[in-house]
Amino acid sequence: MSDSLVQDAAIRVFADLSPPATVNAAESGTWPTKLWDAVAAAGFLDAIGDGEDGSLAGLADAAAVLGAAGRHAVPLPLADTMLARWLLRRAKLTVPDGPLAIVVEGGDDRVDLVRTGGSWRLSGAIGAVPWARDAKALVIATGSKVALVAPLRAAIEKRTNLAGEPCDAVSLDVTLAADKIAQAPAGTDAATVYRLGALLRAIEMAGALEEMLTLTVTYANDRVQFGRPIGKFQAVQQQLALAAEQVAAACVAVSAGIAGAIGGDLAFTAGAAKLRAGEAAGRVADIVHQVHGAIGFTHEHRLHHLTRRLWSWRDEFGHEGFWALELGRLAAAQGADGLWPFFAAR
Amino acid sequence: MSVAFRFDPVTLPPACEALRRAVRQFLAEARASGLWTPSGDFVANHSAAFSQAIGAHGWIGMTWSKRYGGHERSALERYVVTEEMLVAGAPVAAHWIGDRQSGPLLLRFGTEAQRHEFLPRIARGEIFFCIGMSEPDTGSDLASIRTRADKVDGGYRVNGRKVWTSHAHRSHYMIALCRTSPAESDRHKGFSQLLVDLRAPGISIRPIRNLAGDLDFTEVTFDDVFIPDDRMVGAEGDGWKQVTSELAYERSGPERFVSTFRLLVEFQRRIGANPEPRALEALGRFTAHLWTLRRMSLSVAGMLQAGEMPNLEAAMVKDLGNAFEREIPELVRLLAPRGQRSGGNDRFEETLAEAVLHAPSFTLRGGTREILRGIIARGLGLR
Repeated sequence: MSDSLVQDAAIRVFADLSPPATVNAAESGTWPTKLWDAVAAAGFLDAIGDGEDGSLAGLADAAAVLGAAGRHAVPLPLADTMLARWLLRRAKLTVPDGPLAIVVEGGDDRVDLVRTGGSWRLSGAIGAVPWARDAKALVIATGSKVALVAPLRAAIEKRTNLAGEPCDAVSLDVTLAADKIAQAPAGTDAATVYRLGALLRAIEMAGALEEMLTLTVTYANDRVQFGRPIGKFQAVQQQLALAAEQVAAACVAVSAGIAGAIGGDLAFTAGAAKLRAGEAAGRVADIVHQVHGAIGFTHEHRLHHLTRRLWSWRDEFGHEGFWALELGRLAAAQGADGLWPFFAAR
Repeated sequence: MSVAFRFDPVTLPPACEALRRAVRQFLAEARASGLWTPSGDFVANHSAAFSQAIGAHGWIGMTWSKRYGGHERSALERYVVTEEMLVAGAPVAAHWIGDRQSGPLLLRFGTEAQRHEFLPRIARGEIFFCIGMSEPDTGSDLASIRTRADKVDGGYRVNGRKVWTSHAHRSHYMIALCRTSPAESDRHKGFSQLLVDLRAPGISIRPIRNLAGDLDFTEVTFDDVFIPDDRMVGAEGDGWKQVTSELAYERSGPERFVSTFRLLVEFQRRIGANPEPRALEALGRFTAHLWTLRRMSLSVAGMLQAGEMPNLEAAMVKDLGNAFEREIPELVRLLAPRGQRSGGNDRFEETLAEAVLHAPSFTLRGGTREILRGIIARGLGLR
């Protein structure tokens, strides 16, 4: 399918099966079975590609799905499952059915993997694992290995992110058969998987940002105060222009990030896209809530399905400060006179 | 429902990279030979000798037909030359307006005779143009201009005053927006663009010192200046339409976000390979922003190349880009103590001082940010 056909298909599924009521129900703990089944049946979960050759060529299709999911605040671990399935295929491990959670070793989290005879002992404590409680299996990327914990056996402390999505603390102490562990093939080390995860989150964010802008422009044209739509006031127009600029910048960064990743420049473009989308998220949320006024602060209005996700997603897979340091190290390594050639080449 | 703007991705064709190398090599050699020295702001660095040298290389009027002395290269190739010149801090001001604005205007609206008379000389870097738009009582509200061109036998008699015109005192010609008929109920009617020889009797040019101490912009007074009929550009009365049709060219180029790029380079030189985290974080953040802006700007260049007129997108590039180029000195100064002095021989300090002093002009020239945001709001469907 071309990416626009994929997008049309995704929009049909999400518009139909992910209305605000479903998002609210998911937040209260009701797994959206029909929505998940439709997503799985449509083949969206393997959009990135089979991964056998290490190519990321399917990212454009994956982006069409995830962007639409962001717009509809789809309450599913879509990006997480896509990433986990891609990684399992790359590592030639069995891909389990159902939603998957992914852990990328790094930061304060440690995962120990010790060989004991013919099997492996895996132990560790990970502070924040999106969707762990709903996952059928856990996929772990360490520096050099990929591990599959299926079925998921772990002590899970339920935590939720700002959007009410599961983001649990997980303790592991399990024995894994040898066929659940693989050497990480080239391009699947933990740092690379983390970058890919950041890019997938940024794609979801760009979709949510576009939707927030659309909602807010419509609202500003409909809401009448002082005898005219509030969108006719220059003060409001100038704020919405700023929001639109931020949305445009995030969307361009994300689409350039995807192109860069397909072209082999994930190391720079994923972080840059996540940083730019993260910065836009904060500024746009600020403006769209101001324009919506009190109604946008209610639970009844769906604006918060988008803003609370953005506030969460901007922190997952590295926030703006994390990526600024990463990119800063990359830029500093170019030397002052290498800085411009670095940009000109991307 | 989708958003009102569109930024199609653009990939630079392979031919651009050879061109990029050629420009870099020329700049390095010309700098070594003493032809030019770097300066940050594209408006401020003016050199007739430099413009002639790059004209000889075919880097002015790059996209124009060879019939008019152009080189028939793509808008993206022109983009590459422009960005290489700007980030190097090369003195592009002399040919800048002719290359970006006046030449393309003559190509679109000028007579065949005008094209043959002026375009080859612009492309060779021999003649320089300036733009006469603002007036003492006219800034953002361009339709309020009062400079009049009254019809007389064989031409027009022009009276009035233009102000903030960059480099009029160093240019040969001005494209002046004038009133050729009195204001009507439609205030956008009755304007015309005239091609003015700045040596004509009755013209006086007074440079105005800016806050950085430079004598770049000017006041130009017209006192019964005779302009022959054959110097009318386009149709009489179409001036407004012509002026507003070129805005996307003016607003989306790299000059709208790299004005302080050289400061970023000198900042990096100063902080070295192992900077403290705050400096690293600033550098990384600027990196993500600059990359994004360049992709946005290239996208607009691609749409212009395809014959589209993306005014909304161009306004976004300029507003975001100006904010970015102004943010660099604001953050850099906090990370480098004792930074803003001139004198001595400290390139970082001089670049920072120059950036701070020129920053107020970024968000004024070529459309204020308030005007740009109004255009964006209109594009969003709010006006």
